[in-house]
Amino acid sequence: MSFLSIDNLKVDYVTDDGIVHALNGVSLELVQGETLGLVGETGAGKTTMAKCIMGILPKRTGKIRSGEITFEEKNLLKCSEKELQSIRGAQIAMIFQDPMTSLNPVLTVGEQIAEAVENHERCGKARAMERAEEMLELVGIPAERVHEYPHQFSGGMKQRVVIAIALACNPKMLIADEPTTALDVTIQAQVLEMMQSLKRQLNTSMLLITHDLGVVAQNCDRVAVIYAGEIVEYGTVMDVFKRMKHPYTQGLFSSIPQINADVKRLNSIPGLMLDPTLDVEGCRFCDRCKYATEECRINHPELVEIESGHSVRCFQKK
Amino acid sequence: MSLTNNDTLLQVNNLKKYFPTPHGLLYAVDNVSFNINKGDTLGVVGESGCGKSTLGRSILRLHEPTAGEVIFEGKNILSLNHAQMKHMRKDMQLIFQDPYESLNPRMTVSQAIQAPMLIQGMYKSKDKAALEKRTLEMMDMVGLARRLVNSYPHELDGGRRQRIGIARALALKPKFIVCDEPVSALDVSIQAQVLNLLQDLQEQLGLTYMFITHDLSVVKHLSTQIMVMYLGQTVEIGSPDQLFHNPCHPYTKALLSAIPIPDPEIKMERIQLKGEITSPINVGPGCRFAKRCVYAKPECHERSCEMTEVESGHKVACFMVKDMM
Repeated sequence: MSFLSIDNLKVDYVTDDGIVHALNGVSLELVQGETLGLVGETGAGKTTMAKCIMGILPKRTGKIRSGEITFEEKNLLKCSEKELQSIRGAQIAMIFQDPMTSLNPVLTVGEQIAEAVENHERCGKARAMERAEEMLELVGIPAERVHEYPHQFSGGMKQRVVIAIALACNPKMLIADEPTTALDVTIQAQVLEMMQSLKRQLNTSMLLITHDLGVVAQNCDRVAVIYAGEIVEYGTVMDVFKRMKHPYTQGLFSSIPQINADVKRLNSIPGLMLDPTLDVEGCRFCDRCKYATEECRINHPELVEIESGHSVRCFQKK
Repeated sequence: MSLTNNDTLLQVNNLKKYFPTPHGLLYAVDNVSFNINKGDTLGVVGESGCGKSTLGRSILRLHEPTAGEVIFEGKNILSLNHAQMKHMRKDMQLIFQDPYESLNPRMTVSQAIQAPMLIQGMYKSKDKAALEKRTLEMMDMVGLARRLVNSYPHELDGGRRQRIGIARALALKPKFIVCDEPVSALDVSIQAQVLNLLQDLQEQLGLTYMFITHDLSVVKHLSTQIMVMYLGQTVEIGSPDQLFHNPCHPYTKALLSAIPIPDPEIKMERIQLKGEITSPINVGPGCRFAKRCVYAKPECHERSCEMTEVESGHKVACFMVKDMM
């Protein structure tokens, strides 16, 4: 049973340089308790998608052209600001990319965790602070540090605080936008392990946005690969990592130096990502694709299910 | 990949760089020694704050080292005066980490590439034709389309900007290049393009690299020798094979086990590290990793361990390993 589904979401940003097509008809489903990885490069539309779910798309420039985001039978895109406020933080929480800038430097970490609790659980200040201490302990920070300020913590600790804020109200769903990109590998491993165990404990579903295929392989159940605002491949981790069919997915894998393989030369994907202000008729990847044919340039491929639960957007399906 | 030539190009002996801070001395680089042979690549890995960038900059004297020797082609460059050092810099160049911040936004691609050649007097600004010819050659060499010659950095993406950085470094025909995280700001598909370029240029021009990165898979891919640093000190040095198949230092082991492997069939068996990197200010005696090390013995907290050779070319600074031999 899916409890979050995104259907044909199209988002544009209106800028001075033209209309940027950030998402071009994205559909996704998230099942209770699972972790879905969203993989793609800078500018693919990963963060835009997260912002749409949270309802924090920039009001002036961000325009949702079409689509639905259904969360527990409610269309989030039709919700009023008040309704959204009761969902945000309490039912869907978000962990932002950069722990160095996502905390308020003039409030103690305890106040920042307690703020989330106070807003959603209608409890007193004292109870909220107690909860803040519990949450700190849960993410592995001694409760005594509740009165300290963000600058007194290291990067890894700050990200733990951000996670504590996100989980303080037991959300049903967690969106983690590159939660460990700013951290060192040993700290990344600690934080990811902690997130996994908390997720199991609280039965939270997670949308994990990352560009690191290693993080996906070790943490996700299913994966969506996104390129130029479209999902190009979608399936279980095994489908996408072991039986990948889209040329972009294949290109991504051959362009990372792998620790467990000896490769003399990396196979890079030639060229650059499509200019997102262009309207294209054909496949958005065809200019960089070695299998591209005339058909790819003229017609736009649909996301087709090629085996149960494994979909690919490609005419060639190599 | 490398030229098998056994001459040492660069030898670093007991290099130290301490920074004074209001709270005491910061031991950024502490007693680091290594050799790099001509045509080889030394990969330097470690987590943020371990002193790897300071090491690279100290070798080029962008930071004046506190003590030690940097011997380049038999000459101790730390004893050179300003004019001699300027001349020396032709042979030793740096590629910076962030192509978004290391280029002057007001200089076009051609101006940026020409600047080092003019400063070093390779060309006079009068020799316009020769200078322009050389600029276009450099652009061809690093794979920048000639039509971009008058573009400004803000018009270009990260991969292209980093190519400008590489062209600038190569314009002086250096022998040795310090690459300080040259691909960490780039997307994976672009990262591969730049790594391949660096590899090709090394083969064509017989360059020697010191490649600083936090990404162990990148280092494994490129290096002939890898050095692992922790809080200003070398903990292990060896060939990629030795380091990846027979890591000896507990920190190297933990670091390797923490890399997420992009294969869902391989489950990671992670070695838990306690805590986080400690402060490099006023470090006490003993092994700097001891506080996080699961094998630490009382001895580890009291005195530091020298680098000990465990097999040919593979050195480790750890009592545990020393005792086992």
